[in-house]
Amino acid sequence: MATTNPIEKRKRNKRAASIASWIIVCIFALLFTFPLYWIITGSFKVKKEIISSTPVWIPSKWVLDNYQNLMGKRSAPLFELFGIAGPTGPAAIRWLVNTVFMAVVSMLLTCLTAAMAGYALAKKRFYGRTLIFTLIVCAMALPKQVILIPLLREMSSLHLYDTIWAVIFPIVGWPFGVFLLKQFAEGIPTEMTEACRIDGASEWRTFTDVMFPMIKPGVGACAIFTFINSWNDYFMQLIMLTSTKNLTISLGIATMQGENSIDFGLLMAGCALASVPIIIVFLVFQKYFTKGITMGAVKG
Amino acid sequence: MAEKPSQPQRLLPWYAEIREEDTPLPEKTISVSKKTHRLVMQENIAGYLFMLPFLLFFVGFVVYPMFMCVYTSFFDATMNREDIFIGFQNYVDLFNDPVFWKALTNTLIIVVVSVPVTCAFSLWIATLISKMPVAATSAFRCIFYLPVVTGSVAVTMVWKWMFNNYYGILNYLGKGVGLLDKNVNWLGDPKYALGCIILILLTTSVGQPIVLYVSALDNVDKSLVEAAHVDGATETQAFWKIKWPQMMPTTLYILVITTINSFQCFALIQLLTSGGPKNSTMTIMYYIYYNAFKQYRYGYGNAMGVILAIIIAILSAVQFRMGKEK
Repeated sequence: MATTNPIEKRKRNKRAASIASWIIVCIFALLFTFPLYWIITGSFKVKKEIISSTPVWIPSKWVLDNYQNLMGKRSAPLFELFGIAGPTGPAAIRWLVNTVFMAVVSMLLTCLTAAMAGYALAKKRFYGRTLIFTLIVCAMALPKQVILIPLLREMSSLHLYDTIWAVIFPIVGWPFGVFLLKQFAEGIPTEMTEACRIDGASEWRTFTDVMFPMIKPGVGACAIFTFINSWNDYFMQLIMLTSTKNLTISLGIATMQGENSIDFGLLMAGCALASVPIIIVFLVFQKYFTKGITMGAVKG
Repeated sequence: MAEKPSQPQRLLPWYAEIREEDTPLPEKTISVSKKTHRLVMQENIAGYLFMLPFLLFFVGFVVYPMFMCVYTSFFDATMNREDIFIGFQNYVDLFNDPVFWKALTNTLIIVVVSVPVTCAFSLWIATLISKMPVAATSAFRCIFYLPVVTGSVAVTMVWKWMFNNYYGILNYLGKGVGLLDKNVNWLGDPKYALGCIILILLTTSVGQPIVLYVSALDNVDKSLVEAAHVDGATETQAFWKIKWPQMMPTTLYILVITTINSFQCFALIQLLTSGGPKNSTMTIMYYIYYNAFKQYRYGYGNAMGVILAIIIAILSAVQFRMGKEK
């Protein structure tokens, strides 16, 4: 009989365990994706279905009312370049423009400064190197919110308060990228850069032509990490930005919830607008992203 | 030179050898040591030039505010007025402030509940999905990371809807299953509000630990596990005796980051409850914000920030110590 055979039995147990784990994981996966599903379907529902006490799992009619509502709510110039305002349009579009600008600029600045600093920390022996590195590690353990009040006062004395730069600069100063790229740069053999120096290349050439290409995967991870984190960094945006035209998309949505009556359809449309682009970016670059997370932890 | 291993080799890349060779010739020694000096200087200058762009931002927008936070905590500071030095008065007030103690307790409850649950849950899910085919592993890893990417505002808003008193899905499901006999005002009831916050926090905080655990499980020495199986160890034994100790550094890192994240939980509270009802969801983080933006008590808020930083520093140190002992 097959059932009495111990090997057979073990195999069957293993199969059962594997099936069970699939079921468990799938259930949790459904629970984790549900909020997103609810945002997206909610944004297309008619008002009656949104406030019905029996949830409507799938919208009976897909409508764009909520998006039209969102676009018609407030208006702002679509962009501003060197003080010249562009054509006026829905504020939500302006918020998206602001958010993309903020995320892209923080990403570029962070990658550049972090790659240079990471290289210096890993390969250059200069006085105060240990001190700087200790400061970096300490700062990483500190919640950002602790420094909010001094930062706020600093920004207003620099006349940066309520500009997008007030959000960008602290992100660039946040040392995670440096920490990550230091790990990468340490993995590159010192002989490579030394050989380059002996061949007569300048310090800068050594960095751009030898070091940078080799730490590219790290820079990619740093880029995607900074992009997603700055897109979602609600706190900094909340304290630094106030006027309608300067808001970011997530902050804009947060300001749309009224005190007494909340239009969830409108909110869900806003949430979809804020989260779908970033989710697409994440899915496209998720390989780099995963690498960034794990690399940062290697020597934690 | 050779007595001190490795360090000089790296410190003085190529001229170290030149110097040793040339020591017999006195006049050359002078020129070489000059050269050495020049090279050390060059290394220093290059190092600082490469650090400079980052240091500008780091010192300007992280380190300087950090010091200012400590400094201003000794002042009575508010808007449009010179700060007045008051010594430790802010700290004294803080210890006599019942809302601060409430906030501290709530913060600690959030940390104590969410950190172990997050770690255990993500380890469990990671072990389950790491046994699956590669495609499935990476798909599930993405799915569990989704709430983090979706962004705190969007996640909070949709939960706000799901928790809603009248047309929230949770009340509907609760009544459908028979757990509830009437609608519960989840976020408006001091009994449930903090629990709801923790629940949402959990969904947004397991993403990163799962990614980390999956890669840690991948890196476990497979030959050791196989050897244990050959010797008759069960799955559970192999896990706790071989894989778990090897994953200790990852666990430690996860503990530290989850602790910091739990302390930082802010958007949830600001958007869902604003610290209410009856301060039942007031946390230190939100109380700092409240003092700064609603009361304009900058010095007081900073004093709280300092206390929070000290608590986090102690916790991190303890976690590291525990991790090292194991």
